[in-house]
Amino acid sequence: MVRVTDEVRRLRRRFQERGEESQIWDAVLLARHTSRPYTLDYVGGLFSDFYELHGDRAFADDPAIVAGIGTYHGRPVVCVGNQKGRDTVEERIRRNFGMARPEGYRKAIRAFELADRLGFPVLTFVDTPGAYPGVGAEERGQAGMIASSILAMARLEVPVIATVIGEGGSGGALALAVGDRVLMQENAIYSVISPEGCASILWKDAAQARKAAYAFRPTAASCLDLGVIDAVVAEPSGGAHKDHERAIRLVDVAISAALDEVLALAPRDRRLARRAKFRRMGVWGTAEPDTTASGLAAER
Amino acid sequence: MAEISVNIQRDGDDPRPTTARKDPNTCPTCRSHYRADELVALLRVCRQCGHHFVVGARERIAQLCDPGSFVEHAADLRSADPLAFIDLKAYADRLTDAELATGLGDAITVGVGTIGGSPTALAVMDFGFLGGSMGSVVGEKLAVASDLAVARGVPLIAVAASGGARMQENILALMQMAKTVMAIDQLRDARLPFISVCTHPTTGGVIASFAALGDVTLAEPDALMSFAGPRVVQDTTKERLPDDFGRSHANLRLGHVDAVVPRSELAATLARLLRLFAGSIPEPVVPAPPRAAPPSLGQRLASLFRRGASRG
Repeated sequence: MVRVTDEVRRLRRRFQERGEESQIWDAVLLARHTSRPYTLDYVGGLFSDFYELHGDRAFADDPAIVAGIGTYHGRPVVCVGNQKGRDTVEERIRRNFGMARPEGYRKAIRAFELADRLGFPVLTFVDTPGAYPGVGAEERGQAGMIASSILAMARLEVPVIATVIGEGGSGGALALAVGDRVLMQENAIYSVISPEGCASILWKDAAQARKAAYAFRPTAASCLDLGVIDAVVAEPSGGAHKDHERAIRLVDVAISAALDEVLALAPRDRRLARRAKFRRMGVWGTAEPDTTASGLAAER
Repeated sequence: MAEISVNIQRDGDDPRPTTARKDPNTCPTCRSHYRADELVALLRVCRQCGHHFVVGARERIAQLCDPGSFVEHAADLRSADPLAFIDLKAYADRLTDAELATGLGDAITVGVGTIGGSPTALAVMDFGFLGGSMGSVVGEKLAVASDLAVARGVPLIAVAASGGARMQENILALMQMAKTVMAIDQLRDARLPFISVCTHPTTGGVIASFAALGDVTLAEPDALMSFAGPRVVQDTTKERLPDDFGRSHANLRLGHVDAVVPRSELAATLARLLRLFAGSIPEPVVPAPPRAAPPSLGQRLASLFRRGASRG
């Protein structure tokens, strides 16, 4: 026999879950919306002047990452961001859909080191499905360059404000997101792998992406809960693509506030505080002490 | 017919034949079969074809460290399940099963020991524990290993064996890449060397974080070391992959590792590197006593002096 109240409760919970699943999937779609403001839109809106740097001084220029020197509220800053192509297929291909190669990260490192030397704050904008998984990219050291970019950001003594403005996909995103403050737009996503990638590995079916997204919650709210980001930046109603100018102003206010906080710290303290902040990240528990150690001793 | 062909077909993510039996004591490339104790004595290297079997963390520690010298730290850390993650199976159940199957708390074991008489901090991953995937506990324990190295003024050796970040911890797993890179940065601040050993496989978030940052990076023969797995690269780019895509000898040719070291030479190579990094410490005649007491202030000062002197 089914008790009606239990059944109602069960259905209500399922509806709620379905609702939440839809909400999360909406964020995935909005984060990828092709009319969403991209890094160069923020560069145009936030900086009174910007000079773009090109090339990694070793192999090539990677148009999937832009880097340059800008003037932000009268202050010189270095800006680095993932850049997706817009409008034409050619432009999207030229930007490689925002998927950087090792050259892109090498260019980013070059810009980070410049900022540190001259004492300019670093602003980064994260918007990539992930680093490019190509044979050439692998051969030229994709993994090592991502690690080096993370290390370069970790070592900076200047303020670093990272903002996730669209897709924060995997190590390719983290390579530009090691900030004293990490901001994330309301409808941006940030995850260890794309929902499709997660679905194809764990569900053996990329079509289960919606389910995967619900299970691993790549949303700003979840990242804030887990202590991975410091603040969620509101978007115009309906999403950032509905009103670029307003979206840019909201990001401006958030970056300004974060920058003021971080500028108050001494340079060396900034670096150590950043390290301490990332050291705290993670959730774990403890078993009864030294069960494993005694197991190891017993084995010998 | 394909089933009776002895020629090994390489395909996709794993070059080992897909028709291979799951018997862990049978060589997947040449089908030589071993007794369990025989394989342990061979360091899990096939005597016929040289295939390097996967080695668990405890066995690896036993292969590398002077007998009785290893002292484990942070053994009681266990993964939590912050997302209450369920795919085809609940993450909590996967964790329990992995602990029962391997007897390990998580995919990494850290501690201090001696190799060829030289003290070192050691972090060894275990591919048998959820594919060696890196979640919060792996990140924290690697950071603990770095703390141990700094506190004792000794180098850190990390033996990686991992498919990458642990998807069930999603964004927290991704953050462990930054956390472990910063653990290596802490060693750099302390002017201590970091030796990275990449074994099959070292891919994804592990090769794109601490494992790529070795002052010396060694790899085992035929270990896969790539950011993206061969299948992902194939599917995304439709490019034809080189036969040795991402393998350790290709990485050596491309300049990403210092040497490909057969397992039989690994302990001796690490011992030699530790001696080189320590400067003029002579090779000890007697093995170090088991569970050596932490160095006294005098010893630590002496070792600082030696390192200072060797840097000139």
